[in-house]
Amino acid sequence: MPDNSTFYDVIRARGISRRDFLGFCTLTATYLGLGPGGAGTLAHAMQTKPRIPVLWLHGLECTCCSESFLRSGHPLAADIVMSMISLDYDDTIMAAAGDQAEAIIGDIIRDYRGAYILAVEGNIPLANDGMACIVGGRPFKHQFDEAAKHAKAIIAWGTCASSGCVQSAKPNPTRATPVHKLVNHVPVINVPGCPPIAEVMTSIISYILTYERMPELDNQLRPKMFYAQRVHDKCYRRAHFDAGQFVEHWDDDGARQGWCLYKMGCRGPTTYNACASIGWNENTSFPIRSGHGCIGCSEDGFWDRGPFYERLPGMHQWGVESNADKVAAVAATALGVAVATQLGATLVKRALHKPAPEPVVERREREPQK
Amino acid sequence: MTQIITPNGFTLDSSGKRIAIDPVTRIEGHLRIEVNVDSANVIRNAVSVGTMWRGLEPILKGRDPRDAWSFVQRICGVCTGVHALASVRSVEDALAIKIPANANTIRNIMHLALYVHDHLVHFYHLHALDWVDVVSALSASPKATSDLQQSLSPWPSASVGYFKDVQDRVKKLVGSGQLGPFRNGYWGHAAYKLPPEANLMAVAHYIEALNFQREIVKIQAVFGGKNPHPMWLVGGVPSAINIHGTGASGAPINVERLNLVADIADRAHTFISQVYIPDLLAIASFYREWFKYGGGLASKNLLCYGEFPTKANDDSNSSLQIPRGAILNGDLTKLHEVDLRDPSQIQEFIPHSWYNYTDAKAGLHPWDGQTELDFRLGEKTRKSGDKIEAFDEGGKYSYVKAPRWKGQAMETGPLARMVIAYASGNGRVKELVDSTLKKLDLPLSALFSTLGRTAARGLEGLWAAEQLKQEITTLQTAIKSGNEATANNEKWEPASWPREAKGVGYCEAPRGALGHWIRIKDEKIENYQCVVPTTWNASPRDAQGNIGAYEAALLGVPMANPAKPLEILRVIHSFDPCLACATHVIGPDGSELTVAKVL
Repeated sequence: MPDNSTFYDVIRARGISRRDFLGFCTLTATYLGLGPGGAGTLAHAMQTKPRIPVLWLHGLECTCCSESFLRSGHPLAADIVMSMISLDYDDTIMAAAGDQAEAIIGDIIRDYRGAYILAVEGNIPLANDGMACIVGGRPFKHQFDEAAKHAKAIIAWGTCASSGCVQSAKPNPTRATPVHKLVNHVPVINVPGCPPIAEVMTSIISYILTYERMPELDNQLRPKMFYAQRVHDKCYRRAHFDAGQFVEHWDDDGARQGWCLYKMGCRGPTTYNACASIGWNENTSFPIRSGHGCIGCSEDGFWDRGPFYERLPGMHQWGVESNADKVAAVAATALGVAVATQLGATLVKRALHKPAPEPVVERREREPQK
Repeated sequence: MTQIITPNGFTLDSSGKRIAIDPVTRIEGHLRIEVNVDSANVIRNAVSVGTMWRGLEPILKGRDPRDAWSFVQRICGVCTGVHALASVRSVEDALAIKIPANANTIRNIMHLALYVHDHLVHFYHLHALDWVDVVSALSASPKATSDLQQSLSPWPSASVGYFKDVQDRVKKLVGSGQLGPFRNGYWGHAAYKLPPEANLMAVAHYIEALNFQREIVKIQAVFGGKNPHPMWLVGGVPSAINIHGTGASGAPINVERLNLVADIADRAHTFISQVYIPDLLAIASFYREWFKYGGGLASKNLLCYGEFPTKANDDSNSSLQIPRGAILNGDLTKLHEVDLRDPSQIQEFIPHSWYNYTDAKAGLHPWDGQTELDFRLGEKTRKSGDKIEAFDEGGKYSYVKAPRWKGQAMETGPLARMVIAYASGNGRVKELVDSTLKKLDLPLSALFSTLGRTAARGLEGLWAAEQLKQEITTLQTAIKSGNEATANNEKWEPASWPREAKGVGYCEAPRGALGHWIRIKDEKIENYQCVVPTTWNASPRDAQGNIGAYEAALLGVPMANPAKPLEILRVIHSFDPCLACATHVIGPDGSELTVAKVL
């Protein structure tokens, strides 16, 4: 039976104070970049809307997306699962198994036709009649097709569902295929990353619930709010890149001082994700902060752009003549550190007056689905 | 023929009613279990079917060995890091790269943090609902629950008001008709035995553990940048240390970072010792019969590759905190030596797996492994429309291969580790095991059971939390003495490598013995093979008909109601299955994988 209690009703009934509820709205609104009044809008929405059923299906995957989701600190995973949405099917945590589990999908499609969200973790293997992933004795593709057909929207969690990820790296033995290539008529949101950041996942859900709309998407169906800027753009080590200060070897002086990892293969300059701004595990860190370059795990086809420790070619950050090698070479001359630092500052100023460089990687063209 | 005695001593009878559980939920990946029950609803035959295959190993061929850890880490996002650790060890073994002492310590810290996290999440979020009736918690007295909690541990969330609050939240959830993950659960099932107060306490801790688990993995995020899937490095760790000098605030590891790690480790230890262990004992005391059911291979054959080296680059048993070895036929007085390089010891068989070998009956050591996909169903497979109703265990029936040690089916995992450490005289493990058995008034043999497996995992979680604090001290002591090195660059450049090399990387994952075997040629991966814990435990039958650990453990288990397979979930969950791990695979020659169409 459909339930009409609102998110607010539910959490109040569970002993969460109004003050805590409003605190949650403020924090979420800030993360979503909603600006002044955003928290109020969010609070209003959550007090007036019922919980939406979510079916969370698993294809070929490693469950890192579910694990990441459970790491969300604001809102807490327990609260989003038990209060914001009705997570009626997710084989990683659900109590039911076998027939009792499978029955739920049919029930939700019947009771909430066109009104539930389908979340997909992993992708769909097409080789061998789809038998590389069997659920309930049938190819996963059959379960996916049925659930997708009547969904209000589909969230493709992680790089597997968005673009294929590791099992679709060459030679893609199972013909693992991302969600958007198999769906017509239902809007798809890609939330790439291996896995995506926990708070990015939960923010996208709360955005849809609050504003009753899809987030604005780019040509790869990614929410612009989180995927429109490169890791490099927001990296706390960016100043060292501009100053020509690079880690040259693991554990060298530069590594110990947090210099730029570009020469160690960092994919930050071509990776569109929020790692450097929102951070991982409630902003505990992100790969660059922990001393390892970004491997570009949210980019389509990133597995086939290795070796990961080979530096990105052609980073013309300050014009066609100059690149990191030349800057470093200048820095290493007898002019000394002071001059190099000055040069770095000059380069920053020059960079500010140039249009943002195009990403090196080829971007797949695709119109957002309505 | 419906009754068979397997070479490893189990009687299988497939004459009774067949039941399928698919999907088995609250695991990683896709698993199907089929059983036959007799007229008294006791399980007499069991079939473990791995139902997914991702083909990761052919993907690795021709890639840079230094990148391999990142690919294989994606075998599993639950036990995240274990494949990366086995991978960097395999490359370092192949290329004779020595890692600095601090890198060894930091890897131990990251790995121990995973043990603590993984065991905690398994107990509360993957296993507890097999024992805890959420709906029964509604009839608990909050006062009596508070008394119960306070009698068990000094954990501060113990007031009457707290439990009343939790109960109200559950009431609203159940009353709303939208139960979310609790929908269609087995509430009210005759096999649930806990009193309402114990159920309410466990539900409260389910929520608390869900909130707390995200703290533990921040330790991995400090050293590896993120969790799941932190960053690793061949030759050491990427997280450089700068405690004293200029730029420390922007360095991966500084004094603030280590304080954060130490603080989380303290809190994790408190949670494990004040919540997890008391809950485990309380629940176990109401289900004593489950110290009899579900033993299977546990009382016979156990395998452990060893873990947590105290000395960098030394994987001998004098260095490993959990020793490497095998126990055969339940003889705890003899620890057999296990050699991952010996081609006659670890072998994989495929007569009942969806693969083909040049010699289909052979067992292949992973360095010489082959895998050609061969999806073919046995002739007795029963289908209805697009749905397989019953697989035929007489034919091929799983994507999981059948690994064997010296021809023997083995169980691996926390129970194997704790028993092998116990048998080897590890003082702390012995103390933990003996005191627990004493509290529950059980003999040592009770460990070889469903709840024995679950209890061993909990005790190992506590051991790991203690050890985690110790390793942090080790790191601080090394830094204090002036050692801040974290990586060895000597053989970083591929030009410094031999033209051909092969190596093996061991790892004890939370779920058991994990090995990666690599061959490197001309600076590229020539062949890569993983044999993982769930491959051992979820193994199908082998050429001789030996059954694996899951299948053996299910035999003799009585079911209250075969239509609601709670008992099967208890047994299978006690192993903590990880099917994405079990069903990777391997084209050694990189040839295109072809499959026979059968359906």
